[in-house]
Amino acid sequence: MKKLTTLLAATALASLMGTAAWSKTFVYCSEASPEGFDPGLYTGGQTFDAAAHTVYNRLVEFKRGTTEIEPALAESWDISADGKEYTFKLRKGVKFQTTEYFTPSRELNADDVIFSFERQYKEDNAWNKYVPGASWEYFSGMGLPDVIDKIEKIDDLTVKITLKRPEAPLLANLGMPFISIVSKEYADKLQADGKMELMNQQPLGTGPFTFVAYQPDAAIRYKANPDYWGGKQAIDDLVFAITTDAAVRAQKLKAGECHLMSYPNAADVAELKADPNLNISEQAGLNVAYLAYNTLVAPFDKVEVRKALNMAVNKQAIVDAVFQGAATVAKNPIPPTMWSYNDAVEDDKYDPEAAKKMLEDAGVSGLKMKIWAMPVARPYMLNARRAAELMQADLAKIGVEVEIVSYEWAEYLKLSSDKDRDGAVMLGWTGDNGDPDNFLDTLLGCDAVGGNNRAQWCDKEFDDLMTKAKETADVAERTKLYEEAQVIFKREAPWNTIDHSLAVVPMSKKVSGFVQSPLGDFVFEGVDIAE
Amino acid sequence: MFRFIFGRLAVLIPTFLGVSLIAFSFIRLLPGDPVMLMSGERVMSPERHAELMHQLGLDRPMYIQYFDYLAGLLTGDFGSSIVTKRPVLDDFLQLFPATIELSLCAIILAVVLGIPAGVLAAVKRGTWLDQSIMGVALVGYSMPIFWWGLLLIIFFSGYLGWTPVSGRISLMYFFPQVTGFMLIDSLISGQAGAFKSAVTYLILPTIVLATIPLAVIARQTRSAMLEVLGEDYVRTARAKGLSPFRVIGVHALRNAMIPVITTIGLQVGVLLAGAILTETIFSWPGIGKWMVDSVFKRDYAVVQGGLMLIAAVIMIVNLVVDLLYGWVNPRIRH
Repeated sequence: MKKLTTLLAATALASLMGTAAWSKTFVYCSEASPEGFDPGLYTGGQTFDAAAHTVYNRLVEFKRGTTEIEPALAESWDISADGKEYTFKLRKGVKFQTTEYFTPSRELNADDVIFSFERQYKEDNAWNKYVPGASWEYFSGMGLPDVIDKIEKIDDLTVKITLKRPEAPLLANLGMPFISIVSKEYADKLQADGKMELMNQQPLGTGPFTFVAYQPDAAIRYKANPDYWGGKQAIDDLVFAITTDAAVRAQKLKAGECHLMSYPNAADVAELKADPNLNISEQAGLNVAYLAYNTLVAPFDKVEVRKALNMAVNKQAIVDAVFQGAATVAKNPIPPTMWSYNDAVEDDKYDPEAAKKMLEDAGVSGLKMKIWAMPVARPYMLNARRAAELMQADLAKIGVEVEIVSYEWAEYLKLSSDKDRDGAVMLGWTGDNGDPDNFLDTLLGCDAVGGNNRAQWCDKEFDDLMTKAKETADVAERTKLYEEAQVIFKREAPWNTIDHSLAVVPMSKKVSGFVQSPLGDFVFEGVDIAE
Repeated sequence: MFRFIFGRLAVLIPTFLGVSLIAFSFIRLLPGDPVMLMSGERVMSPERHAELMHQLGLDRPMYIQYFDYLAGLLTGDFGSSIVTKRPVLDDFLQLFPATIELSLCAIILAVVLGIPAGVLAAVKRGTWLDQSIMGVALVGYSMPIFWWGLLLIIFFSGYLGWTPVSGRISLMYFFPQVTGFMLIDSLISGQAGAFKSAVTYLILPTIVLATIPLAVIARQTRSAMLEVLGEDYVRTARAKGLSPFRVIGVHALRNAMIPVITTIGLQVGVLLAGAILTETIFSWPGIGKWMVDSVFKRDYAVVQGGLMLIAAVIMIVNLVVDLLYGWVNPRIRH
């Protein structure tokens, strides 16, 4: 009997919820299941697309299609002269979403903002460990616990963040998904009900789309938030159809089962381009692939040796073979779409003859070296083994014998950081927040030696520029410092910069208003579909 | 009979312990750990790494972790995913019906086509029909599932447009999960066209998953039938003037079924293994795909918990097959 009642109740519910009528629904074929729905807890891009860019907002956000910061939940902000105090004025009248599981009674205020920050780093906050193993990886990875001194409420709509030291990239960090603003009222309710884990399963924010349901590994459903402060969206419903295989995603797009897909296989792009029903959006990705020498180990501690090796490699050939053109040769450690990119820098010219001579002049002969090739495809390097083979052939021409090595991915990441590592490591980086500091200091600063700095390269001149740029709030001034840093980088050649790949987004011709994000995010605010 | 059942059950205990040990150590033998993979290219400081390992209890001695896990299993606690933080059992229960639905459809298809094909091949032994059936079965058996699935998608969904590409049901239908079986839930939902949609989404994955078991069952049926057809009692039945249909369908097939049932039972393992690839190609939200993702992320809790649950299912199915076997062939019981 009980079963029958359940069935009847379910049927009734289904007829209420079920919308067999196909309202204006946008379907996105996404590449992976979200790890959860609380963006603070995770680091995966698919999670940020599914939670942060749909349900939530941040104090500041990246202007669509750029890495420029624009006001979002904070309408304006002031930075004190010493660069240590950030005062944010919150937007008035921002409503949290009304869902089947929660109806908010108040609008956004300073308490929500303070709660959203404090739960991520204050260990005495009840929410700091609300799910087993909560680590707030991005918050700590970006070094915020060491930077933020305190965060206070000035009045209902004003929040002040005080830093321990000036940190110019802070604003860019605050635009990142992990620091989405959650509702304290909702959190309090969940805590009182003893259901804190629901924060990660039934998200509630201020964003353009309201969460409806998640069917694990299958689909996520949202509907347009009618109370959205930025205005209601043109589409009624948004669906993420989780499709892990790239070839299948492409077939689904071609068959009209979704309107837009992420990450096509390089091999499928030509066919997708040829399809008359599809549009392809392409943009230089915010990434770089590089070969990092170990500058602590002879003979790679000599600039001339590194330079000679750089000159011996035909990077255009690698880009052509591995990316079939969907990448550009890199000369700087930051991509050309990033502000402060120094286009005046000249790349080491491909010249095997000169390279050979340079190596001889440096007193190096019969050099044997290892090149590490990643075992996995990454957006910045689709086939590291192939790239390594091409380098091996190029270097053989100047008498350098290369052995290609590889390890399982987790092992690779770990061993490649080792200061005593034998060989040059191929790796890359995808930008988090569009700030040059996120590439230059993170990957090449002295503090990162033994960690992210795979070249183990510590150059005082370069490092001083990094520190100075961090302390300078003025963007024009910072630009100059970073431009100078790129000149030093090229002169010292700790890496051979390989490529910046293109991000390709195929979509139906019916789609309008989709703007590709240089950060690789999939943001559906503002999209529409022709009926 | 009771003793027979009890004996079978007693064997389950050491098997269960063995599987738990394998499930536990297998994933830990892979290099790398979940914490390291969580941070990707961004290097974590050794202190932070140690702190997170401690938080997850992964810094404790192996045997303590194992006994902890075993104690959890005995109380029905399969732990929580390191990545999603959701309880392993909840995810399993939510995803498992999808795998069962697909596997059941596949095994039904394999039996319905495989047994008649095998019988036909045996009866027409040595003819072109026998050779073509067995040839097709051999090709089917050797087919790489991944390639086969993509080929079917490209042809039937992409080129002909007859079947949908991937998923369980058209996204235009949305109703709460009651049983977890899409065919049943779509009927309960009362939404027009939902059931039909669910069926169309099942076609290709069912064919792909059924391919290998179908080939195995057909070959097994053929050889079992050949053996039985040569028996004296079959000749006697023929001599009595029974119709060929009755001789083959009743006298021969019933006896030939004994090894075939065992084979069908063993296909459960093959189906679950095949489900891993089939589910990945067809974005079928079942446990196969879930396990693969977890191995890549070194989600220890999911891999060891999931393996345990899958092993339990296989053990139970094998037990049932054993019992069924005893029922079909009373000699086994003694």
